[in-house]
Amino acid sequence: MLTIENLHASVDGTDILKGLNLSVKPGEVHAIMGPNGSGKSTLGHVLAGRPGYTVTAGSATFLGQNLLELDTEQRARLGLFLAFQYPVEIPGVSNMEFLKAAVDAQREQRGEKPIDAVTFMKTARENCKAVDLDPAFLKRGVNEGFSGGEKKRNELLQMMMLQPRLGILDETDSGLDIDALQVVARGVNAMRSPDRAFVMVTHYQRLLDFIEPDFVHVLAGGRIVRSGDKSLALELEARGYAWLEEEVA
Amino acid sequence: MSDFMREPLDSAASSAPPWLQDFLQAGRVRWEASKLPTRKTEQWKYTGLQALQSAYAPAGDSPMVLADAGLDLPRFGGLRLVFINGRYCAEHSDTDIPEHVSLVRFADANPEQAARIRSHLGGAVGTDQQLFTALNDAALAEGVFLDIAPHAVIDQPLHIVWVSGNQGEAFSINQRLLVLSGESSSASLIEHFVGARSEQQSFTNGVTELLIQDRATLCHYRLHLEEAAALHIGRVHARLGEQAILNSFHLAFGSVLKRLDVIVDHLGQRAHSELNGVYLPRGEEHVDYHTCVEHRVPNCTSSEIFRGIIGDDATAVFNGRIHIHRDAQKTRAELSNRNLLTSTRAEVNSKPELEIYADDVQCAHGATVAQLDEMSLHYLRSRGISRERAQVMLSFGFINQVIDTVRNESLREYLQTLLNDRFSSDPALSGNVS
Repeated sequence: MLTIENLHASVDGTDILKGLNLSVKPGEVHAIMGPNGSGKSTLGHVLAGRPGYTVTAGSATFLGQNLLELDTEQRARLGLFLAFQYPVEIPGVSNMEFLKAAVDAQREQRGEKPIDAVTFMKTARENCKAVDLDPAFLKRGVNEGFSGGEKKRNELLQMMMLQPRLGILDETDSGLDIDALQVVARGVNAMRSPDRAFVMVTHYQRLLDFIEPDFVHVLAGGRIVRSGDKSLALELEARGYAWLEEEVA
Repeated sequence: MSDFMREPLDSAASSAPPWLQDFLQAGRVRWEASKLPTRKTEQWKYTGLQALQSAYAPAGDSPMVLADAGLDLPRFGGLRLVFINGRYCAEHSDTDIPEHVSLVRFADANPEQAARIRSHLGGAVGTDQQLFTALNDAALAEGVFLDIAPHAVIDQPLHIVWVSGNQGEAFSINQRLLVLSGESSSASLIEHFVGARSEQQSFTNGVTELLIQDRATLCHYRLHLEEAAALHIGRVHARLGEQAILNSFHLAFGSVLKRLDVIVDHLGQRAHSELNGVYLPRGEEHVDYHTCVEHRVPNCTSSEIFRGIIGDDATAVFNGRIHIHRDAQKTRAELSNRNLLTSTRAEVNSKPELEIYADDVQCAHGATVAQLDEMSLHYLRSRGISRERAQVMLSFGFINQVIDTVRNESLREYLQTLLNDRFSSDPALSGNVS
């Protein structure tokens, strides 16, 4: 589904990713862990096409297409979804209008008509319930005045509305208390399916207690330096990252 | 003074009721003693008057109907009065005036109403000797007096529509509205200027006076939806008594020239004003809002938010003055002006002007000029929304925050639909043109 080969990327002239390789197949859940500054978030931004993130070498193929040649919106319409670590507040644009525009953009891509308002509202309310977000949040400005946890749940709500093929969760667990974390985990687990994959970028093992990964990768110095199953995460929890960084060096 | 307004002035003098004649005369004397401002006049530094024609005819006598102007006017639930080219249009106006309200054209005023008009007319303008107000006085053949009785509560908004239609030659409309909100009364008023989108040259000089007496509340909405060659120089003067509340909203589409002054004068303690507005010039249009909030007495509060989107080669001016007099202790005044430029050629001159002589006050102000936020754009696009659609959503969202302050629900929904359509159909407002 997603194949990344020898990916190099820089931000403001600083090289962050330095030869990253990763292969994700449908149905799989990958966890990417690593110390601060290792390039974990950069990977998500590069894949989503954020301005200012420049790919200097390597390739990324998503569902058979050269991902790096596509505009941000085309990537999203193809089924790539990035849950932002810091979702953007957009006052004046209602969450509902935003969600409907996003859903309709996907439908347009598939040659379908815009979703009718009744079906849309019904689905949106159901999904609000699933992520434990008051439907009143649909009427507010996008993320406007939301708490950290509400923003993360709003990301999850968007993901549930859009039903992507690949979900990339950028530190979705940071800033969440244990109840909120369980809500998010329940949402992701409910979406797991044989034709959908997830890449979870996280700092802590904690999230993996709730969403069990098939693979765990350690990102350090802009590359994946070790891959394993979920037991690798436990080892990291116990020993930290320093030993791996030393090994690589 | 050049005599480009001679014909309309002569025509007004011959048709005004006898009890107004001396008022017109006094205005004419002041007008004729004035000089047109130039770019060297501080108040007109960024707004030139080149678009004024060399001569204007009086608005024609021929009866017009809305169909002639190609317009379909909305209704907001309350009484509606329609004027076309400055003339009252009975065919489109309602006559079921609510209880405790007197709403009368100057021309139809009975002696008692005429006396009330004379005693209040000019009362909000005060000593302001601005030349276009003098012109308005001098051309005052037709005006409307809205007299709200003390303690009256008027639920439905009163809606006054001023249509500028086609007449062929360049013509002028002199519009005057005098509102007296009696003590402890409460009402809403929508002033709605609209024109057929055509190359018809017209010059509207609109002056509105709002006298809001002690403990009265008035919601005042002034919509300037005329476009193209419809030129408007207008003023709103509001005077607030003790604990009076003014909640006002202004909207201006651009045209060849729009200069709109809003003066809010707090004269009674614990008065409160909210003054919000949006301006949207594009093409080669120009909009100039000059606002002035006067705090003369202690313990009043005012808040002001204006936002503009300027597209193509359009220009805008926002000059927001807050004047806190020496005795106006414990004043709280806020002013925010934000502008979005959607083209590299668009221009805005934004200037907050604070003059504070009291020492125990809270006064906050801010003015910004920006382009659409890249990160917001990216966020929307990352959900599959096209760049073009995302730009429309963000620019509409930028002004929608001000539209949200409109308290009347039917008006708010009307504006949201009107503007959403406009943003969707006009790429200049969202920067979707290179």
